[in-house]
Amino acid sequence: MSEHDKDVDAATGVETTGHEWDGIRELNNPLPRWWLYIFYITIVWAVVYWIFMPAWPALPGMGTNTPGIRNHSDRALVAESIDALRSARAENGAALIEASVEDILADQDLRQFAMAAGESAFGDNCATCHGAGGRGAPGYPTLADDVWLWGGGLDEIQHTITYGVRQENMESRFSMMPAFGRDQVLSAEEITNVAHYVRTLSGLEEPSDASIAGQEVYEWNCVACHGEAGTGDQLQGAPDLTDRDWLYGSDMATVQATIYNPRNSAMPAWGERLDETTVKALAVYVYALSGSEG
Amino acid sequence: MTALKPTPPSDAQPMYKKREPVHPKLVSGKFRSFKFAFMALALAVYYGLPWIRWDRGPDAPDQAILFFADGKFYFGPIEIWPQEVYYITGILILSSFGLFLVTSLFGRVWCGYACPQTVWTDLYIAVERFFEGDRNKRIKLDRAPWTLNKIWRKVAKHAVWLLIAAATGGALVFYFHDAPSLAYNFFTGHAPTTAYVFVGILTFTTYSLAGTMREQVCTYLCPWPRIQAALTDEDALNVTYRWDRGEPRGPHKKSETWEGRGDCVDCNACVTACPMGIDIRNGAQLECIHCALCIDACDDIMKKVGRPTGLIAYDTDKNVELRAAGKPAQKFRLFRPRVIIYAVLISAITALMAYGLLTRSTFELNVLKDRSPSFVQLSDGRIQNGYAIKLVNKRIDPKNIRLEVTGIEGADVSLVGEEHGDLDVEIPGEGVTRFRMIIKIPEDAVDGNDRLRIVAIDTETGEQDSNFIPFSSPRRN
Repeated sequence: MSEHDKDVDAATGVETTGHEWDGIRELNNPLPRWWLYIFYITIVWAVVYWIFMPAWPALPGMGTNTPGIRNHSDRALVAESIDALRSARAENGAALIEASVEDILADQDLRQFAMAAGESAFGDNCATCHGAGGRGAPGYPTLADDVWLWGGGLDEIQHTITYGVRQENMESRFSMMPAFGRDQVLSAEEITNVAHYVRTLSGLEEPSDASIAGQEVYEWNCVACHGEAGTGDQLQGAPDLTDRDWLYGSDMATVQATIYNPRNSAMPAWGERLDETTVKALAVYVYALSGSEG
Repeated sequence: MTALKPTPPSDAQPMYKKREPVHPKLVSGKFRSFKFAFMALALAVYYGLPWIRWDRGPDAPDQAILFFADGKFYFGPIEIWPQEVYYITGILILSSFGLFLVTSLFGRVWCGYACPQTVWTDLYIAVERFFEGDRNKRIKLDRAPWTLNKIWRKVAKHAVWLLIAAATGGALVFYFHDAPSLAYNFFTGHAPTTAYVFVGILTFTTYSLAGTMREQVCTYLCPWPRIQAALTDEDALNVTYRWDRGEPRGPHKKSETWEGRGDCVDCNACVTACPMGIDIRNGAQLECIHCALCIDACDDIMKKVGRPTGLIAYDTDKNVELRAAGKPAQKFRLFRPRVIIYAVLISAITALMAYGLLTRSTFELNVLKDRSPSFVQLSDGRIQNGYAIKLVNKRIDPKNIRLEVTGIEGADVSLVGEEHGDLDVEIPGEGVTRFRMIIKIPEDAVDGNDRLRIVAIDTETGEQDSNFIPFSSPRRN
């Protein structure tokens, strides 16, 4: 059907599009006027937009695109709002830098600010290993309880966060449990015996011949760090073996494996990655998780 | 695109009725005067309210009526926090019952006098009349070709309309911000974007609703004309054409007698005065907003032809029927069951809200239990749970709060950062203070199904708020 040959629907008197499907033809009614007006307005709006906002890929020598007379830049806006956030936090943030962690904890306002900042920083940086709320996981200490490898005081927590564990820097928390099995310091039997002995310390099993034999091995090899009574030493990061808390697990196989080839796990030195305020806020938050120094 | 004009079959009804412009004629009389006075009052209240100051002390907004300032509502001495939004609900319920009550007594007085649509439309018509003259001149002007005279009158009218519309939107945003500082910031370009956006939206709605849509809003958009049909009854006072007296109608010459005919001289004064473009003589109808302007128009004519006024008047359907049947009309019945029911409901809700307002709490305790970890076992075997305590102080003055924990014997309770065991805290006014509470309980004192009650007590007034909260521990059978 050619364009000149108009097909008009008899019932309505309206021209059809000329397309036919199974005897059904589509009426070619004009678009509603309000719809057309809005369409025209959007076209005008587009031109206005080109003038004011970055729009067209630029001609050579004009950069990446036409800048528009408003010089709008999303990147600049983001930078602006980050600056605004910084200055909004400036007062409390500056107070955090000046105050000691003890002062922060004792002051109601600073404490609330540090707890909020610490909670979000913890979620971003620490929860990956230590779990939300410091719940911990095998190999990653629980921070919500009162057991601390390197000390649970505010200053000690701040130090551990700043310098990390087993890092290159001089202040880092550092200790190295020897690999008694792998380096063939102890025989397999000796390891089994001392494992039995260690488990008796916290009442996980009753003394036996093996554990009595293991006590001698313990006194020769382990006392230097874990102490005569097995209560550990926070200065060396040596865990208390008499409590109910086990970093890797308390079953016989895990204890044996730890003596044979200790994991000596590490934690990054967050002072190299986060600013001082954030580290302080983290220290206060982590301290508050358990509320006790152990 | 060539749009062929549709030629519908002859018996087809058009889908849409084209609007016929309504050009109400200015009338004079007591209702017209009252409407102008009420319009002035309503506009004064609307524009003036945000500028009334109310001293609430330092650090608090000093605007008498302020909405959503830090999420709070201020009504003079009353301050409503977001969690108390049910008071706003109460006000809305009261408003609707008030509307029901008034409707069952006096018909649609809301529509006729107080509805913003009526007030602003009336104002816009006054502006139109100022520039284009009264009804006949306007009709003539609309038909006239576009001369310079027509153009300036139309342009001036729309310009003033837009100004009024912008001022309407401008006044609204003052209810949400401190009015004087917002006014300054608004004109210096430093107001929040939302202020400009809302002024823009209200300018558009005011201009289009009061300027160009007018009676169509009441007829097509508003649900109230439909609802009110269920609220009014034959005892309600409505603007009524007393057909018992007016019919049979017809033109009347001075010399003719009034015997055997009605008082209506069919002069159409009531129709030309009507802002809704209807004929009141057709009886109660959805479009009628009961503005009573036809009463003024008709009274004027009745005086001229020497008949008693009140051919159109506030009257009840029942009385018209009674008089038509030759019986005496009844006195207006104020006390009817529905009126009494509405009045009782309104009093009851008002009393309930007043009681709630007078006895409402000045602070709140909210306790959230740590979920991760839900508990830890300490090195000495005790079970420890952590809780986030939020104390909301709704007053400006600081408060001393004592926290108490009951429910399990031997609980060791402490607040992080406070002296161990010291559960007395001072909280600043107007805000939320957060604490972290640590509770330690010996393993054999809990069984995995324990609940604690944490109570916060205002040490000065003794006012309390408490939360029940679980204490988690390894489940034992």
